[in-house]
Amino acid sequence: MAQTDTEQPNEFFVIEEPHHGDDHEEHHETGTMLGFWIYLMSDCLIFGILFATYGVLGRNYAAGPAPADLFDIQMILVATFALLFSSITYGFAVLRMEMDDLRGTVFWLIVTVLFGAGFLYLELLEFTHLWHIGATPMASAFLSSFFFLVGTHGLHVLGGSIWLIVLLTQLGLHGLTPENRRRVMCLSLFWHFLDLIWIGVFSLVYLTGVLL
Amino acid sequence: MKRAFPVAIVLSLVALAGCDMVVLDPSGDVATQQADLIIYSTVLMLIVIVPVIALTVFIGWKYRESNKEASYEPDWDHSTSLEIIIWSVPLAIIICLAGLTFVATHRLDPYQPLRRISDVEKIDPAVEPMVIQVSAMDWKWLFIYPEEGIATVNEVAAVVDRPIKFEITSTTVMNSFFVPALAGQIYAMSGMQTELNAVINKPGVYDGFSANYSGEGFSQMRFKFHGHDQAGFDAWVEQVRAQGSELDRETLASLNQPSISHPVTYYNSVETGLWDKIVNLCIEDDSLCLNDMMMVDALGGGGLEGLWNREMFRGICSADDPGALMAMIRPEMRIREDEIIAAMTLVPPAPAN
Amino acid sequence: MSLSHEAADGIAHVSGVDPFWGKLSWGVFPFYEPIVLVTFIVVMLGGLAVVGALTYYRLWGYLWKEWFTSIDHKKIGIMYMVLGLIMLLRGFADALLMRGHQAIAASGGEGYLNAHHYDQIFTAHGVIMIFFVAMPFVTGFMNYVMPLQIGARDVAFPFLNNLSFWLTVSGAILIMLSLFVGEFSTAGWLAYAPFSGLEYSPSVGMDYYLWSLNIAGIGTTLSGINLVVTIVKMRAPGMTWMRMPVFVWTSLCTNILIVVTFPVLTATLALLTADRYLGTHFFTNELGGNPMMYVNLIWIWGHPEVYILILPIFGIFSEIVPTFTGKRLFGYTSMVYATCVIMILSYLVWLHHFFTMGAGANVNAFFGITTMIISIPTGAKVFNWLFTMYKGRIRFETPMLWVMGFMLTFVIGGMTGVLLAVPPADYVLHNSLFLIAHFHNVIIGGVVFGIFAGIIYWWPKAFGFKLEPFWGKVSFWCWLIGFYLAFMPLYVLGLMGVTRRLSQFETTFYSVYFIVALIGALFVAAGIAAFLVQIYVSIRNRDALRDLTGDPWDGRTLEWSTSSPPPYYNFAFTPRVHGLDAFTQMKREGFVRPTEGFVPIHMPRYTATGVVMAGLMTVMGFALIWHIWWLAVVSFAATLIYGIGHTYNYNRDYYVPADEVREIEEQRTRLLAGAAE
Repeated sequence: MAQTDTEQPNEFFVIEEPHHGDDHEEHHETGTMLGFWIYLMSDCLIFGILFATYGVLGRNYAAGPAPADLFDIQMILVATFALLFSSITYGFAVLRMEMDDLRGTVFWLIVTVLFGAGFLYLELLEFTHLWHIGATPMASAFLSSFFFLVGTHGLHVLGGSIWLIVLLTQLGLHGLTPENRRRVMCLSLFWHFLDLIWIGVFSLVYLTGVLL
Repeated sequence: MKRAFPVAIVLSLVALAGCDMVVLDPSGDVATQQADLIIYSTVLMLIVIVPVIALTVFIGWKYRESNKEASYEPDWDHSTSLEIIIWSVPLAIIICLAGLTFVATHRLDPYQPLRRISDVEKIDPAVEPMVIQVSAMDWKWLFIYPEEGIATVNEVAAVVDRPIKFEITSTTVMNSFFVPALAGQIYAMSGMQTELNAVINKPGVYDGFSANYSGEGFSQMRFKFHGHDQAGFDAWVEQVRAQGSELDRETLASLNQPSISHPVTYYNSVETGLWDKIVNLCIEDDSLCLNDMMMVDALGGGGLEGLWNREMFRGICSADDPGALMAMIRPEMRIREDEIIAAMTLVPPAPAN
Repeated sequence: MSLSHEAADGIAHVSGVDPFWGKLSWGVFPFYEPIVLVTFIVVMLGGLAVVGALTYYRLWGYLWKEWFTSIDHKKIGIMYMVLGLIMLLRGFADALLMRGHQAIAASGGEGYLNAHHYDQIFTAHGVIMIFFVAMPFVTGFMNYVMPLQIGARDVAFPFLNNLSFWLTVSGAILIMLSLFVGEFSTAGWLAYAPFSGLEYSPSVGMDYYLWSLNIAGIGTTLSGINLVVTIVKMRAPGMTWMRMPVFVWTSLCTNILIVVTFPVLTATLALLTADRYLGTHFFTNELGGNPMMYVNLIWIWGHPEVYILILPIFGIFSEIVPTFTGKRLFGYTSMVYATCVIMILSYLVWLHHFFTMGAGANVNAFFGITTMIISIPTGAKVFNWLFTMYKGRIRFETPMLWVMGFMLTFVIGGMTGVLLAVPPADYVLHNSLFLIAHFHNVIIGGVVFGIFAGIIYWWPKAFGFKLEPFWGKVSFWCWLIGFYLAFMPLYVLGLMGVTRRLSQFETTFYSVYFIVALIGALFVAAGIAAFLVQIYVSIRNRDALRDLTGDPWDGRTLEWSTSSPPPYYNFAFTPRVHGLDAFTQMKREGFVRPTEGFVPIHMPRYTATGVVMAGLMTVMGFALIWHIWWLAVVSFAATLIYGIGHTYNYNRDYYVPADEVREIEEQRTRLLAGAAE
């Protein structure tokens, strides 16, 4: 209450609106970024559950194949690098955006989406191979949790790639407007987040699976 | 609201007077201790609940708007001493209750062997607990007596004042094995075994049932628990032997089909190793037992071949050296000694059959 | 039994899924059940009457333009409340059916429900009451009241708010459909595996459950994110953390809980869905699946969910008590800390729902004790309300009656709850009717009483007139008496060793208790009826009950400083806050409503995207439930494309011209002057 005494007489409303235009955008932007962060954290929880599921079920092979029988670690390594590079190229795109360079931004985003597509292609190859030899998600709890964890990540990458393509068309239509910048930043968070998740997948599923 | 609460109290008192509350007035020592615990905790909590209810009514009455004599202090919103009381009284109660809980939870752990027969009788270390193997099925209970070599459906008997050790599983969905007069419940789950140690102190016939919803026949999934003295129990066993037939794999498989209100059935002999088949979900001939499957998994999995030919691992658990057998089946796998040991401890020991 | 097997077979064995119709066929309409048939006819006639009336009065366009596509948090809040009320009627009808059936079955009769139907009804009752009654009511309050209390013009993401609402509706529609098309789940409200797996529940009922909760769950998560950001980012200038009304605090904690638990539900249900649709082995008995993991995961969501329901209700009480005692809330700071402590602790207790699973004594003791610890902050809250009343001037208006009913009832439920947290005691009480009595004691005595208190308290804010007190009091007393009559016998029955979810009884021993419980349920029915009468009578007498001041109760927080109902922009000028109980302070220091100097106000535009997307999702859910794969693919693609299309629309907001603001505000000035005369 001390504060109120010093401010006599009290103003009980804001006389002038906070200026609209840029200032307002700024305000909204922080809200969006916070909201997107929270969304990412909730998504992280979904992955957390899937990781936990893999942790619990990951050694229940049901007298079927174990990771060592299945994984082609070299191909996975290539896929991993594709995804890691895509994160770097996304970083370049954001740097270009900071310099108000639309063409540079678009260029690096296209490179990113290509790396993403490469990753997805390799993952698809792996899945079809596994399916082909009979190691389907229906074969054991280990395979169920493996397909679900890796597949959910893959679906996220697919979603991110579709978003990237949509964003590219929007950049083409409207350029680097504040709204588009915000979207680029949100997708950037999303993309790096997927990278982070993949590092978890790679170490928990593939590396420990093959090494142990 | 001022009237409804006394009504509720009176209602509960009337019911209490009826003395039908099996949970508060059971016949087995474990359940008796649990009932006492309910009473103690309730009394402990009433120390804070009763004053709160009384205060609510009193303050509500005293500071009603029409009572202009009561003081009115619209800006009074803090009192450190009151706050300390507010937080510390519940805290103190919960500390007591937590202590009680910790001790009681350990003392009444259903997995631990009993520590006493009743509050007046000590346990006799020479007397082995009677083992009763219990399996929930859709929708009936199967009881196997390994000592006597008999089995029953929907009826179970035990000797008064002799410790009982129930080994509990399910061939189907999750159920809960519960005889309120005897002891608290424990889940019956498929592919694993839970345990309940208990004792019955008074002869009689008590209700038992599944306490976890399991589908259409759940309401009828009930059985009678008989507490007999030794002579009565022996007579009961004789009766089962006389009236029963053999329980073998085929009988078990047909018993395992869903049925509602299954009649009490006796079996005078039980095929060897049947319980392990029930626990490991391999009543049918063509399925790989869970313990074998877990052994294979612990030894590094069955490889791609296992996808098509799981059955080749059948019986690996009962081999003298599962690791060596595994090395023969899958020579490409190099098995580490410690993994085998770890694997052995994961699995309930299976008798060779 | 034969009847129910027919029912199950009729659905499970529509073998050979038709490529166009999926599992749908004429056999799926369960009209051989007389109860369903009668219900269907009644609902159809009622539905036709409503549709006819809407068409006759040409209200479709109005509803669409002003409500369905609205992204005004107040309208969405009201729509949530309407949804909750409609679903309450359905959920309560289920409760009555169960009470009636059990009363007959316990008295030696057969009852009118076979086991299969009874199982569906208790499952539907639980699912509807938690997900589609309590959740919409609570979310509705948070939507309506919270932005007004923090002096905001809307939530952070208004479009998302609309989408969240319609996704919740989508889930509710799917559940309602299951009544007439096919059947509902028989697996209980948490659908424990492996019972909920394909092997033991082959019917579409479980699929209804899964898709309905999946879709509604996404809506809830989005709404949680939205409201957290709103509270963090959009508070009026001067409203620091420790000046937020307690309802805002509890909303914040609730929404944080939503954000961190609903993903768990989504993931868990997705895994179960995979088990049922793809044949995976997460929770099966075979090939390494682990049903115990399902029980753990679902309760990791399920326990915080209970606090998601009760925390905002604590907030509502914390608003009502100071208002009707005319006194500052006692111990604001400890109230806030208690809320936060409850929020955190609610994560550490999930295992107390299955002490009987056979975990070790140390694990059980740990979870038992953490559970008890929650009662400390909860107890502190009760004391705080009590000492707020102390030295106050208590006006026993209807909301305050509900608060008193709550205080007396809730402590009993709290006590039995702590009792159940003692593991060895839980061994004998778990899954018994004692447990049922306990959680109805806290949910009815806490959540439901709070919802009614809140509706009556904020009704004049939302509609500009008070609710008729007489019928409100009738409703209150019916509910209170009904509650005690219905659930005290269940406590006793639990102590007599009667377990839950029984549709048949061996003896007539329990008869009298079940009959008393049925009478209690009838009292509650009268309470609900009285509530509806109250609304009807109040609307009819709205002119007599009109409140022009916008502050009918002598309120203390910002929502009372604007008109009733508030203009769509909430506040012509964003309020500036100087302390707790901002509006009380404004009134004391002689705040004068500004009548000039209006400036344009930035507002979001209405959009139909939310309702269209949720509609498509409903179709998708239905198609997936009935295995109509082509339709599922088409509707999913359409949802996606429509959603992406929405992102191409950059023209989402506009400025309300200053003149329009002036006109609305001047109208209010005139009304206020008229009222003063």
